[in-house]
Amino acid sequence: MMNLGNRVKSVIKLTSTTGLTGKDFQATKVATFSTAQVQQAQENVRSYGGLKDKDRIFTNLYGEHDVYLKGAIARGDWYKTKNIIDKGKDWILKEMMASGLRGRGGAGFPSGLKWSFMPKTTSKDRPQYLVINADEGEPGTCKDREIMRHDPHKLIEGCLLAGFAMRACAAYIYIRGEFHYEAKVLEQAIDEAYKAGLIGENACGTGYKFDVYVHRGAGAYICGEETALIESIEGKQGKPRLKPPFPAMAGLYGCPTTVTNVETVAVAPTILRRGGAWFASFGRPKNAGTKLFCISGHVNNPCTVEEEMSIPLRELIDKHCGGVIGGWDNLKGVIPGGSSVPVLPKNICDNVLMDFDDLRQHRSGLGTAAVIVMNKETDMIAAIARLSKFYKHESCGQCTPCREGVGWLYDITDRLVTGNAKPDEIDSLEEISRQIEGHTICALGDAAAWPVQGLIRHFRPEIEDRIKQFQLNKKQSPF
Amino acid sequence: MFRSLLKRTTFLNQLNKSNGFNRNYFKQSTLTRSDALSRHVETEDNNEHTPFDFTQENLVKVEKILAKYPKQYRQSALIPLLDLAQRQNGGWISLRAMDKVAHICGIAPMTAYEVASFYTMFNRTKIGENFVQVCTTTPCMLRGSGEIIKTCKSHLGIQVGETTPDNKFTLVEVECLGACVNAPMMCINDDFYEDLTSASTINLLDQIKNNKPTKIGPQTHRKAAEGPQGKTTLLEPPVGPTCRDDL
Repeated sequence: MMNLGNRVKSVIKLTSTTGLTGKDFQATKVATFSTAQVQQAQENVRSYGGLKDKDRIFTNLYGEHDVYLKGAIARGDWYKTKNIIDKGKDWILKEMMASGLRGRGGAGFPSGLKWSFMPKTTSKDRPQYLVINADEGEPGTCKDREIMRHDPHKLIEGCLLAGFAMRACAAYIYIRGEFHYEAKVLEQAIDEAYKAGLIGENACGTGYKFDVYVHRGAGAYICGEETALIESIEGKQGKPRLKPPFPAMAGLYGCPTTVTNVETVAVAPTILRRGGAWFASFGRPKNAGTKLFCISGHVNNPCTVEEEMSIPLRELIDKHCGGVIGGWDNLKGVIPGGSSVPVLPKNICDNVLMDFDDLRQHRSGLGTAAVIVMNKETDMIAAIARLSKFYKHESCGQCTPCREGVGWLYDITDRLVTGNAKPDEIDSLEEISRQIEGHTICALGDAAAWPVQGLIRHFRPEIEDRIKQFQLNKKQSPF
Repeated sequence: MFRSLLKRTTFLNQLNKSNGFNRNYFKQSTLTRSDALSRHVETEDNNEHTPFDFTQENLVKVEKILAKYPKQYRQSALIPLLDLAQRQNGGWISLRAMDKVAHICGIAPMTAYEVASFYTMFNRTKIGENFVQVCTTTPCMLRGSGEIIKTCKSHLGIQVGETTPDNKFTLVEVECLGACVNAPMMCINDDFYEDLTSASTINLLDQIKNNKPTKIGPQTHRKAAEGPQGKTTLLEPPVGPTCRDDL
């Protein structure tokens, strides 16, 4: 009896240290025994990346060609849109589900499924809305900006098709206030589309009435959260709402609403024209498609680029960004998906694939695919402290754990930059971040906690060194 | 309350100095200063008697904005109208302007104040002609935004949050403006200036000061978000539509 108890304990100990559940633990064991199978799988493994120009969706990413209607039609936008609508709502949803597209705004929820949550019946006093989230404010992210200023018709056509599939009467594009030029381009493109009869009373000659409006925000990162965004369109402070009710039941003006990211909607027309199977042929299973990556920070050639999902991080940086400044060995860490996801140290970056599941497995995330590269010159603690300052500034102040806790996170990380802290404050920092995570209405609390947790997880020795150094200097100093 | 707090801090400071105490003995918290005031400060050019009304031209725009939203939800137009009022008022929004917008939207003035103080793009105190906003969030910081802000400070001779004596420039630090690939960057009024260096920042500020035209966007040979070493994709010209057969 006692023996059995000990064995159970040892299994629990083992699983808890590796972070695996009992089931995973068994699975890894089985996997190690069937080496023959693993070898065969390795031989058949497909490498990702190397997307061809003919398979790119955003063909005017760098704004070299005509942005407006004439150029857009020449590049293949608005082609057979009527035929797609004639195929019906269910066909569109089926194709979107078959494409395996996952939301490009950060959470990675399957888009086809999300669109299908909207009620199947509409009444005149309870219309349905499509809201496009163009409040791009996540540090590191600048992909939607390129779509709106260089390929606005992809977004407008996407609005029409997505709106039709979810029985929406209008689309509101919520664009962040700082994007003044982008909003102007978008508004001009919408005017053109109205004049050409592509949207409006009789959109594309299908008899379906659909309006597209641009709503400019006024500088609040939190309005990128879907319910805060809805509040903001209603003319209130952008403070997230409690869910449920989910926006698909009661969203904008209390009516069924779906909020989606710009990129998700902008890729939809091409997916429908070329087929869900075409899109699904890129990337690993469940991580299908092509994706805009924005690589910033310490690389020789920072750029926004469309690549295949599941491309290895190292290949992405070496191929498109001219490598890390000072060479790959000079790499210190990478934030792979915008400021909200934990930083990864070099040893993980060597082999990690840029997709939802692989990054998740390494306890980070794809987020918005904004890759922030940091080489060895970077003061990692200062970089994360600056992110904590960002979240402190952007917390809406509604939930106590976030409003107070994020301030504390910044307080402590800011002192850690100089090392002016006690060693056990690292643990209290971790504890505070755990107290914020999951205890707030929206995900901003989690987003503020994760970078700090990532810092402690991978760079703890560096923080400890800094504290030691500070104590040492203090002792030597006469003051 | 603030006054009493101030008194207390000065008292503690004096105590520390006069008695030669260990300075760390008394812990005192610093006053928290937000980068934007959340309350109204009565000044000569911003009080309840400062007149504000939309111009005829802007009244047409007001109607256009209101038409975007369902008739029973006029409050939706609040943020765009506050923005319009701010533009007409020279980059900042006065008390009476907020009242006017609240009246048009049919809401209580307090709701308009709440919204105007929540969003960072509304300035409720007077600013200079050119509103220089330097991004200092991590991606820009990695590419040297510290240098840019230092250059701005020394060249304009002001600190962050201040306005130059000739009322030409107001300098602020802002959070990520979404042009990280072209970091470091700053935004002056509505325009983004990207890929900055100290030299190009000085050049830009001088051009604006002398009312000369500026190059909006990247200040280097870059056109947009392609890399400074050139494109790695989209090397072939775009082709027309590719479409499945059964459409």
